[in-house]
Amino acid sequence: MERKNMICIVCPIGCHLEVERIDEKVIVTGNQCNRGQAYGIKELTNPTRVLTSTVKVNNAHLSRLPIKTKGGVPKHKISQCIKEINSVELNAPVKLGQVVIKNIQGTGVDVIASRSI
Amino acid sequence: MLNYDIVVIGGGPAGLAAAIEAKKSGIDSILVIDRDRELGGILQQCIHNGFGLHEFKEELTGPEYAERFIEQLKELDIECKLDTMVIDITQDRLIHAINTEDGYMTIQAKAIVLAMGCRERTRGAIAIPGSRPAGIFTAGTAQRYINMEGYMVGKKVFILGSGDIGLIMARRLILEGAEVSAVAEVMPYSGGLTRNIVQCLEDFNIPLLLSHTIVDIKGKDKIEGVVLSKVDSHRKPIAGTEKYFECDTLLLSVGLIPENELSKSAGIEMDPATNGPIVNESMETTVEGIFACGNVVHVHDLVDYVSQESRRAGSNAAKYVKDMLIRNGSTLQARPGDGVGYIVPQIIRTDNLEKNLDLFMRVKNVYSHGKLVIRVDGVPVREIKKKHMAPGEMERIKLDLELLKDKNDSILSVEVEKEVV
Ligand SMILES: Cc1cc2nc3c(=O)[nH]c(=O)nc-3n(C[C@H](O)[C@H](O)[C@H](O)COP(=O)(O)OP(=O)(O)OC[C@H]3O[C@@H](n4cnc5c(N)ncnc54)[C@H](O)[C@@H]3O)c2cc1C
Repeated sequence: MERKNMICIVCPIGCHLEVERIDEKVIVTGNQCNRGQAYGIKELTNPTRVLTSTVKVNNAHLSRLPIKTKGGVPKHKISQCIKEINSVELNAPVKLGQVVIKNIQGTGVDVIASRSI
Repeated sequence: MLNYDIVVIGGGPAGLAAAIEAKKSGIDSILVIDRDRELGGILQQCIHNGFGLHEFKEELTGPEYAERFIEQLKELDIECKLDTMVIDITQDRLIHAINTEDGYMTIQAKAIVLAMGCRERTRGAIAIPGSRPAGIFTAGTAQRYINMEGYMVGKKVFILGSGDIGLIMARRLILEGAEVSAVAEVMPYSGGLTRNIVQCLEDFNIPLLLSHTIVDIKGKDKIEGVVLSKVDSHRKPIAGTEKYFECDTLLLSVGLIPENELSKSAGIEMDPATNGPIVNESMETTVEGIFACGNVVHVHDLVDYVSQESRRAGSNAAKYVKDMLIRNGSTLQARPGDGVGYIVPQIIRTDNLEKNLDLFMRVKNVYSHGKLVIRVDGVPVREIKKKHMAPGEMERIKLDLELLKDKNDSILSVEVEKEVV
């Protein structure tokens, strides 16, 4: 059995959730809506985050290019992902949406440029 | 001297949305001026996601959100002057500006839209005692250094103030390899959105110390540490609660102030509660033909609302140029009641409204299960129940025009009522 208190971040109300795993079932209490329930289950079983950062870019008016993961990556892989992101160096021009890293750390998620430069 | 129908000062999200809307409303002669080397304003340094949920139903990063508007501006062939600083504007809409290409220039506009955004409060604004070493930044300055220019600001960081920019920078610094000892906040509640407290602090085990402030800064040339103290309910430090935190960098995230030097020099009347110009339903200031929108009017927490409000400024500036705004119809004044800090717009000329009136406001305290009561001349016209209200979260109310019809010289007020449970 696993139990965790968390604050739902789906909307500004910020419900205080209690999420409990009994055998295969995850039970969420404290939520005021269904979205809170979905959030609680995901947060206990497989919490993910969209990661945003920058990579080095040459020949541009700025020295950093902002990037983001196209979807959520597992929370426990964030520091490995950041390491890989930090090893990248690009040359301008770069287009918004251009893939910077394919399938980062085997998560199935691509890293893309979040602006043109 | 140059001549334009509409000149927009500031090319951030507010200026972009206003210019685009003015063009779509049929005005061709438009100029956007920005002192930065590119358009997009503050959004270019806000590389985190969470922008555009209302506008595009997607979670975009700041630069992505900006790029969508910049592309539209280009498609509509709207003229811009970058690297250009506006230094003065007058009541009769003469603009004085300067850049290295044209030198000093004067521009006559039929209408002006002010969209200069806001700036951060600094150490001076909150008067922290102690020595004055290097290593103290506003959170936004650090954001620009790290995210755009590629400079790291420090290794061991303390953050004062729990506004959203400070919270977001706490996470950013950790991802860049720094250590963040804590975020301290003088109020008993955070000034930032809950989602940011969870994603930026709790995810990385950064403590949030509420009801705490810095009482001393140590270090001569470079900052070496800060002394933190608990505060009582009057925000006075409690003797004996001091605690020392070693750090090489202090970030301040202690609030934003609308950037209104230009507005003041044009003689525009200001609202002391917002630090921005007093505006009417059309986002026109108290000087005819000068409009304002975005953070220059009041500090917004979501850029989506900035874009919305700014489109209103743009389309009404266009109406003004075409002489379609009604000046002397029935008018209401909006006044914040109990528990409400401010209301924008402050003046409502009902004849210029199409269907609804959008009111923006902030409450002064954290309330759970309260309601907002809207009154016209003391008579309640609408009540809105709210499960949760906080000063960090702007409230928006859409009022049906029917409720305001035929009211002249009236007072519209909004107040918070605690629900009796
Ligand atoms: C440091 C910082 C971080 C922020 N982070 C977030 C965030 O993460 N999420 C969020 O939703 N909101 C954030 N905000 C709020 C954000 O400001 C608004 O969401 C939005 O950018 C406001 O748009 P704006 O166009 O009113 O102002 P801005 O984006 O500030 O644009 C104002 C523009 O006016 C120009 N300007 C000013 N004065 C002059 C002059 N005299 N002459 C010529 N040009 C001039 C400036 O160069 C700038 O480009 C942040 C604000 C700041 C200050």
